[in-house]
Amino acid sequence: MSYLEVKDLKVHFPIKGGIFGGTVDHIKAVDGVSISLEKGKTYGLVGESGSGKSTTGRAIIGLNKITSGKVIFDGVDITNIKRTKSEATKNIQMIFQDPYSSLNPKKRVVDIVSEPLRNFENLSRKEERKRVQELLELVGLSPESILKYPHEFSGGQRQRIGIARAIALKPKLIIADEPVSALDVSVQAQVLNFMKEIQKELDLTYLFISHDLGVIKHMCDDIGIMYKGRYVEEGTADDIFSNPQHIYTKRLVAAIPDIDPNKRDEKRKFREEVKTEYDQSYNDYFDAEGLAYKLQPVSDTHLVALPEKG
Amino acid sequence: MADKLLEIKDLTTSFRIKDDYHAAVDNLSLTVNKNEVLAIVGESGCGKSALAFSIMGLHTRAKIEGDILFKDKNIAKMSSSELNKVRGKDIGMIFQDPLTSLNPLMQIEEQIGETLLLHNKDMSKTARQERVLDLLKKVGIPRAEYVMNQFPHELSGGMRQRVIIAMAIANKPELLIADEPTTALDVTIQSQILDLINKLKDEMDSGIVLITHDLGVVAEMADRVAVMYAGQIVEVADVKTLFAKPLHPYTRSLLNSVPNSDKEQDKLHVIQGIVPSLQNLPREGCRFSARIPWVDESAHEKHPELREVDPGHLVRCTCYKHFSFPDETKEEQHVLS
Repeated sequence: MSYLEVKDLKVHFPIKGGIFGGTVDHIKAVDGVSISLEKGKTYGLVGESGSGKSTTGRAIIGLNKITSGKVIFDGVDITNIKRTKSEATKNIQMIFQDPYSSLNPKKRVVDIVSEPLRNFENLSRKEERKRVQELLELVGLSPESILKYPHEFSGGQRQRIGIARAIALKPKLIIADEPVSALDVSVQAQVLNFMKEIQKELDLTYLFISHDLGVIKHMCDDIGIMYKGRYVEEGTADDIFSNPQHIYTKRLVAAIPDIDPNKRDEKRKFREEVKTEYDQSYNDYFDAEGLAYKLQPVSDTHLVALPEKG
Repeated sequence: MADKLLEIKDLTTSFRIKDDYHAAVDNLSLTVNKNEVLAIVGESGCGKSALAFSIMGLHTRAKIEGDILFKDKNIAKMSSSELNKVRGKDIGMIFQDPLTSLNPLMQIEEQIGETLLLHNKDMSKTARQERVLDLLKKVGIPRAEYVMNQFPHELSGGMRQRVIIAMAIANKPELLIADEPTTALDVTIQSQILDLINKLKDEMDSGIVLITHDLGVVAEMADRVAVMYAGQIVEVADVKTLFAKPLHPYTRSLLNSVPNSDKEQDKLHVIQGIVPSLQNLPREGCRFSARIPWVDESAHEKHPELREVDPGHLVRCTCYKHFSFPDETKEEQHVLS
């Protein structure tokens, strides 16, 4: 039994229109996604902007309403639960993309980090402050910084405050939505290292959402690739990067810039080839609406969206 | 000898904070040749964009000293009306954020047409329309006839960036300044845009200044690379040398902090500390020294200068000779202390 099980998740947003403002159609932001995630592992969700990867993450934690499907966490059904004082809310936390806008500029660090504690645990002011100081130490910020405001910190430090808030209640699963996209490479390295460290220390499970394949490869054990709300391929990091099967994945992997300038021409030629293949075989891999087919297993760990007969 | 297109000599751009001027670009010299991509790399806050804006004369309140010679004309000393004849015509710029750099109330045709109109007063309306259509097709926008009459908000991020590029190349500039042209874009679109810029370079024989913090993009695009830290160039080399044999500690740290797909590594290198803010910039000695505290002070120069170590390979300060990465355990101590 896997730790987090998402079964055929669908999130549809209504399009309002017509004279009476009724629902005329739906946007299928997430259309039948299934994920199963083992404890202590990192699962990467990849896709271009608009592919529905963030919506998937937000639906799991309960920030988007689930249209149909099931989310089972540690054996308990948490589909569309209310995010008030339930066990599941405590155990699943989120790290947001932008460290500049996800912290309230009017609050001090101590208030930001202790907010989840105040919601769930009855602590005296003294105990609360002690916990916050411990948390800040854990994320590598000095305990004196608890009375500072977010603008007094650099981007990397702010993202760590966000992480401190996320781990305050000792969660078991963290959904990280593009946690390093807004950061410089040097700061990015800092945050990624740190996330790996606390994963070991606190036995965390990550759902890591990103569009940066370099980061995904560095962090994740298993990877799912999304396109227009559906999965096109799922497998271990090795499956995806060494043996991509779906034409969309191939194109995505080919588009990663290579850090070796000597391979530049080779890479460009390869990319051209993949592009030609993509254009030629587009109809074999996508249905009439331009959506991916259902996933078919090609090996024990590796699933690819292919038409039924193929 | 390659054809010099742009020569920057001792450029200092300073901003006034309270009563003092602080240099964001400090005594910087650089050349860009024809048919060459020069990449400028560094963390945010290093002065990359301040440099680009200085070249284009877009700073309104900064104090700019030094010379910027574009085809032997000093554009740093030009009045804004003189500059307007050069900007958008001989020098084009691609801005970082495609959403905020387009006018939301103007249709695409009008936006691109505007640059054409400004520099070719006698171009007829139909000729202009044709040229806009031509440009949109050139940058790979599908259904260009339709897109011409759309507004920016109707287009996706990638499409908007293409419109920006179409605007920048409308008058076939000899120099193109691209400030983080693909940072806001997805990888597949990024590779398309980069290919496009490359194709345009070959077609028009222009020089390109590519400003980015993405080392993958640098490896893919650049001919020469200038690494910038705290307003200064710390290392210049051709792209192959820079990736194969980086010298300056900053360059090496940057290269080491990128997740490398070929190398199995559990931990990424972290550059300690942050880029100092403008007011706190050390004005003396090696500016990077604060972020490599384990290197002995005697290794740094008092007044570090950019010196040629190999033909075409320049490095600032002597500290590179004594630099090595601390081993993991030591690094841990640094983080904790």
